[in-house]
Amino acid sequence: MHPAGHIIGSSQIRVEHKGEVWVFTGDYKTEDDGIAVSYEPVKCHTFITECTFGLPAFKWQPQSEVYTDINNWWAENKDEGKTSVIFGYSLGKAQRLLRYLDTDIGKIYTHGAIENMTEVIRPLTAMPETTRVTRETTKDQLKGNIVVAPPSAHGSTWIRKMVPYVTASASGWMTFRGARRRRAIDKGFVLSDHCDWHGLLESIKATGAEKIISTHGYTDIFTRYLLEQGYDARTEATQYEGELGEENKEESNED
Amino acid sequence: MKRFAELIRKIDSTNKTNLKVDALTQYFREAPPKDKVWTIAILSHRRPPRPVNTTLLRTWATELANIPLWLFEESYHIVGDLAETIALIIPASEEDSEKSLTQFLDEIIGLKKRPDEEKRDYLHENWTALNYYERFVFSKLITGSFRIGVSQKLMTRALAKATDIDIDVLAYKLMGNWDPKTITFQKLILEENEADYLSKPYPFYLAYAIEYKPEDLGDVSNWFAEHKWDGIRSQVIIRNNELFVWSRGEELVTDKYPEFEALVEALPNGTVLDGEILPFKDGVIGTFNDLQTRIGRKNISKALLKKMPVILKAYDILEWEGEDIRNLAFVERRKILEKLHTEVKREELPLHLSETIEFSNWEEATQERERSREVMSEGLMLKRKDSPYLVGRKKGDWWKWKVDPLTIDAVLTYAMRGHGRRSNLFTDYTFGLWDEEKEELVTFAKAYSGLTDKEFRSLDAWIKKNTLERFGPVRSVTPHHVFEIAFEGIALSKRHKSGVATRFPRMLRWRKDKKIEDANTLEDLKQLIPKPDKAG
Repeated sequence: MHPAGHIIGSSQIRVEHKGEVWVFTGDYKTEDDGIAVSYEPVKCHTFITECTFGLPAFKWQPQSEVYTDINNWWAENKDEGKTSVIFGYSLGKAQRLLRYLDTDIGKIYTHGAIENMTEVIRPLTAMPETTRVTRETTKDQLKGNIVVAPPSAHGSTWIRKMVPYVTASASGWMTFRGARRRRAIDKGFVLSDHCDWHGLLESIKATGAEKIISTHGYTDIFTRYLLEQGYDARTEATQYEGELGEENKEESNED
Repeated sequence: MKRFAELIRKIDSTNKTNLKVDALTQYFREAPPKDKVWTIAILSHRRPPRPVNTTLLRTWATELANIPLWLFEESYHIVGDLAETIALIIPASEEDSEKSLTQFLDEIIGLKKRPDEEKRDYLHENWTALNYYERFVFSKLITGSFRIGVSQKLMTRALAKATDIDIDVLAYKLMGNWDPKTITFQKLILEENEADYLSKPYPFYLAYAIEYKPEDLGDVSNWFAEHKWDGIRSQVIIRNNELFVWSRGEELVTDKYPEFEALVEALPNGTVLDGEILPFKDGVIGTFNDLQTRIGRKNISKALLKKMPVILKAYDILEWEGEDIRNLAFVERRKILEKLHTEVKREELPLHLSETIEFSNWEEATQERERSREVMSEGLMLKRKDSPYLVGRKKGDWWKWKVDPLTIDAVLTYAMRGHGRRSNLFTDYTFGLWDEEKEELVTFAKAYSGLTDKEFRSLDAWIKKNTLERFGPVRSVTPHHVFEIAFEGIALSKRHKSGVATRFPRMLRWRKDKKIEDANTLEDLKQLIPKPDKAG
């Protein structure tokens, strides 16, 4: 098992048999988020890679810039007397957001699902002080502060307590204007726990592998590109949800 | 450009109308006057002509991104917007451009006549000198359709706030043919301008669909009814011995309807009529599909004029003897219109009257509405007799009361990714009906509205798992799902594979209770075609 850098504890699996090495990535990202153990390239002959964001349209900004944008957004909302609500997965994205929110701006509140997950993670890595939103939490307490919630909270009755609020989502899918508008979210921050296009291509290069098997994401497109680049590439159907990927997982949570 | 890009970014990053209006108002207060004119032009669909065709745009963007063309195309299918795709795939820029919106537009207009090599250099230079969002906006200016959730009405509202000019006056000023390249903000918006008056139409008054029952409108004797004609809503203007024909999209379409030149002789100067352009062949009102043969053409040949002549079915008069009479009661305006029509009526004159109908009770009205398809109308219009002619879509005095749509059960056969907020989701569908032997599904309509977001998502997931073949952005899918398709009108058509054209098809219901064998046949569809009534 080798670190995959996707979320805390995520790993790649390396298998060696009679000198032949295969590596299976699962979900991974190459940028060090300071929480998960950083991704390390593993030399292999066959590399089985995810390609959730395997399109040249996906290109991440350095995360420090995204965090600055998020904190600026929060501060602006606070100036306007509004509560900021930001959506991210309970495991992974939420802790990344929590770690880099600027507590000089205000207090961080969390949805129960995120607070529960964060409690599990606290012994493993530094997390700022957070306050769970409960029935007793009042509108005035929330005002000007930030609430971190899972995507499923968007459009729920739970969120009404935050009025007046502004919503944002932190996800690689926020690259697309359409994705943000479809969810009726005010602001999209492009922040992903997967590799972008160049991240994928560089990871492949770093493994030295010649055979590349893509498992989920834009597999057909990605594989065709790899073939043109001279790799022995193919796709493999898996129990992952194929090209539905992260986007529909997130959307089905909203229902 | 920075200010304009920031405006678009602000508008694009909210779903709240008030915030959009605020952003626009602020822009109209602060931007340089010439940029304001261009912004108004762009948001009212008066863009400069496209200087570069999209094939070249794609090729040149692909060169910069250093990817194969097919990969650009695949990305475009998924992103769903050409300018956005270009902005995304081109590498991030270190440079900065201080050029104004006006300068960009002047350059873009000038570009059209330059050789390809220069066009390419210009695009490469500017794509790499703009940040992501500016690059997106710049590419949008080149590719055209600036659909970012700002209607002309919304823009006019912001402009009214910023200038303290009445919103209806502004709507009037913004109509018609003005050239953003030459006109100043002073002249377009701030100044009273008599010279422009000649061709200017009045803003159209639009009706909402009736909400509950017509009985809720009260005493039937306060209302006139008319059939709701299915053509092109138009204003015909006769001033100073000149003819101007405006479509509801505020497009000057005079050249497309040369038969109306006869009206210059027949009608006095200072006359503005509101009505519907309808195909009228051999004394019978045609279908909207017939009219399509006229709408698309740039050159109207004599043969076409003969094959598919049009008339104006007039229902209102907005200007008479050079006076704006929109504030007169509808019943008074109708008296003027009917008197005028009686005086000028000749068989070959392409001016017909849309007759008003009076009822003694609402049941009678309901019966008349049932007859709509026979007379080639879409239903009834109800207009309050004492109503003035208002501006834009207003509730209260005018109502649309359309007939219920026709419906048929069809099978989903192909799917394509949507655009805009539906990018990356398969939301544009093709439907088929059974042939005579019930062996093959024949394509008969495309539809992309009528499902809830949740239904779209679940169908999207199903399509991705049940794709048979891919043809670029289109996928054929396993015939499995049956939908009840509703449509407004139906006519025979040589241009459609099925031999039938439907008007405004959309999904009424997802019939999960039906199997594909239960779907209708093409023959069932043809049975729905109305037999035209000569009297119409």
